[in-house]
Amino acid sequence: MSEPIIKLENISKQYRLGLVGTNTLRGDIQRWWYRMRGKEDPTLKIGEENQLDSRAGEYVWALRDINLEVQQGEVLGIIGKNGAGKSTLLKILSRVTGPTTGRITAHGRIASLLEVGTGFHPELTGRENIYLNGAILGMTKQEIRSKFDEIVDFAGVAKYVDTPVKRYSSGMYVRLAFAVAAHLEPEILIVDEVLAVGDAEFQKKAIGKMQDISKGGGRTVLFVSHNMASVQKLCERSILLEYGKIVLRGHTNEVVNQYLKRSEGYLPESKAIVNLSTHPNKVLDPKIGFQKLRLLIDGKEDTILHTNCVLEIELHVVIRRANENIRLGIVIKSDNNEKLIGLNNTMLGKTIVSEEKKSHVFFIKLPDFPLIRPGIYYIDLYLGDNDGDYDTVKNAASFHLKETDIYSSGKIPYPHTNIVAVPKFDIKKI
Amino acid sequence: MQPQNNKYTLVIEPKRSLLDLNLKEVWQYRDLILLFVRRDLVARFKQTILGPAWFLLGPLLSTLVYTLVFNRIAQISTDGAPPMLFYLTGIVGWNYFAACLNGTSSTFTANASIFGKVYFPRLVTPISTVISNLVQFFIQMLLLFVVMLIFWQRGASFQLNLTALLIPVYLVILAAIGLGVGIIISSLTTKYRDLIQLMGFGVQLWMYATPVIYPVSTVPEKYRFVVLLNPIAPIVENFKYGLLGSGSFNLTGLLYAAGFALVFLFLGIVLFNRVEKTFMDTV
Repeated sequence: MSEPIIKLENISKQYRLGLVGTNTLRGDIQRWWYRMRGKEDPTLKIGEENQLDSRAGEYVWALRDINLEVQQGEVLGIIGKNGAGKSTLLKILSRVTGPTTGRITAHGRIASLLEVGTGFHPELTGRENIYLNGAILGMTKQEIRSKFDEIVDFAGVAKYVDTPVKRYSSGMYVRLAFAVAAHLEPEILIVDEVLAVGDAEFQKKAIGKMQDISKGGGRTVLFVSHNMASVQKLCERSILLEYGKIVLRGHTNEVVNQYLKRSEGYLPESKAIVNLSTHPNKVLDPKIGFQKLRLLIDGKEDTILHTNCVLEIELHVVIRRANENIRLGIVIKSDNNEKLIGLNNTMLGKTIVSEEKKSHVFFIKLPDFPLIRPGIYYIDLYLGDNDGDYDTVKNAASFHLKETDIYSSGKIPYPHTNIVAVPKFDIKKI
Repeated sequence: MQPQNNKYTLVIEPKRSLLDLNLKEVWQYRDLILLFVRRDLVARFKQTILGPAWFLLGPLLSTLVYTLVFNRIAQISTDGAPPMLFYLTGIVGWNYFAACLNGTSSTFTANASIFGKVYFPRLVTPISTVISNLVQFFIQMLLLFVVMLIFWQRGASFQLNLTALLIPVYLVILAAIGLGVGIIISSLTTKYRDLIQLMGFGVQLWMYATPVIYPVSTVPEKYRFVVLLNPIAPIVENFKYGLLGSGSFNLTGLLYAAGFALVFLFLGIVLFNRVEKTFMDTV
């Protein structure tokens, strides 16, 4: 392996909890006094791990002993729950704040996009802001001048380039800001959630641009996002942060799966008959609500589906109180938590009336299963009425979908597409 | 693919050596300094009717009020110089210093939102403040020359002399002290905001310790040490001497001010560089 373009050794960051006030002055004097006598800073020892629910300790470690190497041209995803330390890590990498301990060595310029439009001044025109923002992000005037037309083009604001940006629509503003940032040419680019801006078309453009940057430009990108789909699209490798530590590193798909498992709690193995009463993700206690689920594929108990099969879901449910507006819903999700199919009885125009303490069996039948992409899928179950949900079981069951020759042509559909479409396809000679 | 360029090698560590002033990096960001200056000037007068004329109105009105209060009512001597010219000269010189000090002393608190999102050498911001204030100074100097011309035509007595050629030196010293003291204050206020309160009236009081509205010659021997300790005093005094010939040229004072500027600028940058690494956590 060649020398990593960026290397983190034992990076830690400590934060002080609570307010800064007169009391902190005492702490500061104490620290200073210890340092003057050549002793170790006493406050560095009492820090706790950063668990948002733990209240002990005045200091927390937002990051603890992070070691990481990133190679040139790599796009590394950084994922983790809120408070896991992602933003702190990016802040240290982008030099907004310094680490408490450790050392980072980077062979190249680091530019960060922690927020688009940093330093935009509302009174200045688009043109002036492009120069200002570019310079803030570390470009020289000459570099900006050579890219100016490209930036304006990418943002699609050519007509308004001499208008103050306070007159821009929010979409234009964000597009312009992203365009400046995207045309930076640092060796290392740090991106935090900026893709959550603009309309769908622009997001696609933005992701495409990021891919170009890494693949075409040989540049390194560190990408933080809560959007698993875009992490998977962009990053080959990812790390998972939890409580300020790297708990997993590896292929993005693996890391994302782990992350989803950890955040959703339990993920089921594929079984045709699932006992829901003791399911770990069930909300209500075992005796009421969802009891049992059975998967039938083309009339037989199975967990492996193919496109266009007949999928039947049999649900055994105990309802506690008499109710005339029962709503029963199922959602089928992909392995990265995208909801693909969502159905409930009220949407189908069916009412369910129940007496007190009554057992029911519901049958939900999908005659032509419409999904294509091979992989694992999960089923969420919802039970409630117009006032809300009573019992839910997320990831109640799972099944596998295999590649299917749906057009009987000996070819399988594109594996990255989702649903079946059977077109009429005529060819006319002219 | 770009060749890996080792001249960019960057090391991030908790602490930097005290004497590493990081000035090379500031120089790399010189374009940003100029763009900040431009932003300051353009943004300041957007949507005002008078625009940069406000730079002139401020000192003109102050001069009128000072003439009325200190000359006509309190009858403080102006060392033989025409009162209007005497006050205006003092105000123009002092204003530059005060603007630098006020502008740079809030560097961290005023720019927290931008500093929290992106890195550039933080020193760029106060330096650009000092430079954009220079534009204000030049416009006010023009005003001063016009007023001097008017007085000269009317036959008022003042002697523009060769020491006026030292004005650029005075400016550099004023800028250095304003920057040095300002960034020290801004560094100290990241955690404890108490000094901001002091700044509110501190600059105002400092002016009274500076011979803006009185000549040094009128200060009683007993209190002269205050003026002697104040590094701005000899600069303003020499500034007035060069333009109006009032008072005297104070070389020791000038050297003292230059020394003061060097020491405080150095201290300021050292402190500023220490604070800029972690101020986001406390600001």
